[in-house]
Amino acid sequence: MSAAQVAIRARGVGKRFGANQVLADIALEAREGEVTCLIGPSGSGKSTLLRCMAFLERHDEGTIEVFGRPMGFGADAARRPLPEADVAAVRRDLGMVFQQFNLWPHMTALGNVSEALKRVRRLPRREAEGRAMAMLEKVGLGERAAHYPSELSGGQQQRVAIARALAMEPRMVLFDEPTSSLDPELTGEVLTVMRQLAQDGMTMVVVTHEIGFAAQVAQHVVFLDGGRVLLDGRAGEVFRQPWHPRLGQFLQTYLDLGASVLFQG
Amino acid sequence: MTFDLGLILGSLPEVLAAAWVTIVMWLASAAMGAALGFVLALLRRYGGRAAAWPILGFVTVIRGTPFLIQLFLLYYSGPSIGIDLDPTGSGLLSLSIYASAYFCEIFTGGFAAIPRGHVEAAICVGLSRAQIVARILVPEMALLVLPACVNMTILMMKETAVLSIVTVPELTLVITAIGSRTFAFAEALFLLAIAYWVLTEATGRLGRFAEGALARYRLA
Repeated sequence: MSAAQVAIRARGVGKRFGANQVLADIALEAREGEVTCLIGPSGSGKSTLLRCMAFLERHDEGTIEVFGRPMGFGADAARRPLPEADVAAVRRDLGMVFQQFNLWPHMTALGNVSEALKRVRRLPRREAEGRAMAMLEKVGLGERAAHYPSELSGGQQQRVAIARALAMEPRMVLFDEPTSSLDPELTGEVLTVMRQLAQDGMTMVVVTHEIGFAAQVAQHVVFLDGGRVLLDGRAGEVFRQPWHPRLGQFLQTYLDLGASVLFQG
Repeated sequence: MTFDLGLILGSLPEVLAAAWVTIVMWLASAAMGAALGFVLALLRRYGGRAAAWPILGFVTVIRGTPFLIQLFLLYYSGPSIGIDLDPTGSGLLSLSIYASAYFCEIFTGGFAAIPRGHVEAAICVGLSRAQIVARILVPEMALLVLPACVNMTILMMKETAVLSIVTVPELTLVITAIGSRTFAFAEALFLLAIAYWVLTEATGRLGRFAEGALARYRLA
């Protein structure tokens, strides 16, 4: 393992919604060029943590750095909120893929992917659409470029959403349960695209319930429970030796689910 | 007692002129009401508290009082505060204001119905606030509120009949006048009802056609 640069560093991150402490004293590092999977039961805070990394939620305590730059708040003890322009500048390193896809329904697949290239990068239309087309082809949807989201399956919509994130050439991509709202038979096509992305060396942080994906693709696995990091390690260590009783119990639930599906068939 | 539409149709040019007045009053006030309502909805949602409270007050008052009273206030009390408009001007202005409150409410509901994630996705690819409003929120809102807008426009068409009370020469005033002149009241009111129904039906069909044509731009 080379001394890869740290893509995301969280230290002492806490977050509460009202009286509910959803994250407590989170510390983790996601390295450049690696796939880091955040796993854990529902309500464990993993999605909230990911959203804090993109500053879609404000963390109440601690610091989050993206490629060495503080996100949202100054890194000193004062935690002064950073101006919107600074937050936007740090976000430029990030791509985000959501559970609900969040495509803009009034734009075609090509329109969704090229919009920011045209309006943010200010590329000429032809060039923006050329790049967008290349991204759609990369996720296997070149021939669906003129379709509107309502005319695409969930899996295709999520692939368009991935292309939209990649088009802005982020240094890393955050995935928030990218397959959780998909039928099982559509999950595969999205995971295939993500696997390819990982092979190409993209830095990824993935919140997922797809334990199989995490076991196969991730180098680094973080197990959260009750808003805290319970386990943090190399994927092999975490999965092959689920010595922690809470992780064992969690994984057992998944095995039982899988097994029950098999036995029903 | 006979039912003879010929008595009314003898005054067809008069009826057509009145129909024209109704259509102009209706469409002009619908357009102005929608435009004003759109600005109010934008300010209410994105203009901070200083804008939101007065707008909420305006919407509540206009929606909470009968249109006839608003019209009377403007037409009869307007001159005492320096607003001296003829019947048509009063009618147009009061109907536009009346409509703007309802359109404001419709558009506000439309903005609120846009999934938060669509905005988050726009933030994450770096679109500015103004770009998000212009490129994402307004188009999505417009698609969401189309059925409600068609409905409101139909209601307004029927509301133009109230303008007859301040002597705007629109369908209701002119046709009931022909009825009094010819003593063909039943025929006059029958024709009047048919005229409004035709306009309603035409608007409704246009709206359904538009909804069908725009269906691919919406999810669910």
